[in-house]
Amino acid sequence: MNPATSAAVPRLHPKARLQRDDVRKRDVLLYPEGIVTLNPTGAEILGLCDGVRSLADIVATLEQRYDASGLERDVTSFLEGLAAKGLVLYGG
Amino acid sequence: MEAKPLWLLAELTYKCPLQCPYCSNPLDFAGARFRTELTTEEWCRVFREAKALGVLQLGLSGGEPLLRPDLETLVATARELGLYSSLITSAYRLTKDRLAALKRAGLDHVQISVQAADAELSDRIAGTVSHRDKLAAYRYTKELGFPLTVNVVLHRANLHQVEALIRLAELLGAERIELANTQFYGWAFHNRDALMPTKAQLDAAWQVVQRERARLGTRLEIVWVLPDYHEQFPKPCMGGWARAYMTVTPAGEVWPCHAAGRITTLRFETVREHPLEWIWRESEALQRFRGESWMPEPCRSCARRAVDFGGCRCQAFLVTGDAGATDPVCSLAPHRPVIDAAVAAVERATAARIAPPSLTYRAAPASRALAAKE
Repeated sequence: MNPATSAAVPRLHPKARLQRDDVRKRDVLLYPEGIVTLNPTGAEILGLCDGVRSLADIVATLEQRYDASGLERDVTSFLEGLAAKGLVLYGG
Repeated sequence: MEAKPLWLLAELTYKCPLQCPYCSNPLDFAGARFRTELTTEEWCRVFREAKALGVLQLGLSGGEPLLRPDLETLVATARELGLYSSLITSAYRLTKDRLAALKRAGLDHVQISVQAADAELSDRIAGTVSHRDKLAAYRYTKELGFPLTVNVVLHRANLHQVEALIRLAELLGAERIELANTQFYGWAFHNRDALMPTKAQLDAAWQVVQRERARLGTRLEIVWVLPDYHEQFPKPCMGGWARAYMTVTPAGEVWPCHAAGRITTLRFETVREHPLEWIWRESEALQRFRGESWMPEPCRSCARRAVDFGGCRCQAFLVTGDAGATDPVCSLAPHRPVIDAAVAAVERATAARIAPPSLTYRAAPASRALAAKE
């Protein structure tokens, strides 16, 4: 798999579902026979993966929201990790 | 740290049209202990209480869960609660309409068993003509947009088909294939000497799995459940006793796994008499092997105790008569010679071309006869 370019549009695989875990007070990604625990940033990134926004859009949104810069590497590596598990897909 | 469950296996009924001789259900499934199934309302309460305890993943299993006419209601309740639901089914006589209704109710994932790659062998192992229904149901599952797991229990009569089974799952567009080497509990323990493969069979199948994993990458996840009699160390069974998993039986008993009811030295409580929370946190059976304080040597001082949690209590009970013994498949366990003898007997018989013993198929009359003998 090639690394995604900033124009790529990430989206959650339809088999996966974002869910709030009320008992442990955190967000999780649920999929067949599996659970990924998310930190608040991870959950926020996935919340922006709507199948419309590109990687560049998502990074820009987060940088604006937190008045930060240089977030591209963190966002990309987080999504690459989930893509390696088959939980995130890229469209173009 | 307090154990909070993540997984609930709801065994909705022990009735099943298939008769697989390795079934993990109790040998006495047809007896009085399991006869009075929980009602729709009782199951919905179990799901609510499980969610409040921390459960996120729900397996709807059996027996054959499709035999419950209220399955759609149970799925809808699970979805309202935010549980990720998996239907674990034989797909016998499953129609596209029923599957579509389950999709509308919010079912997330479908797992359908197959007994072999071809109809003749698959039907022979299932004891019921069912392969055709399974192939149709695989198609419906994909057409309706469900993620699909193909599940196969492996043993000496079908291990040679591992490559064909992986190709079948690939062709069907499945997300996962579970190649589950037979774990010897329930009916499988009763039929152990007939089901156990040789080391050569296992090695050949494992070569295929490694090659196919490299070829398929993330396109198809290949899960290989280890044949623990042939391993050096025990499996980390259920991630430890009553830590993350629970099973609720058709009549409402709460077990830490689907095999634990066989441990006759423990008394398991039911959701009819107690809240699930109390059973999980306080009941004697679920506390009995939680953590490490129950461990005997060699587990107690073993570095692997945090990796495998002393292995499987059910296997310890079945093989040694003591649920508190070290899992006998561990090469450090005092009872390992019993496992070695069982493995060696199969190797010897195969080398001498002696036919394996005949299988006892899983069915209500056989269940009652076995229960009467005990």
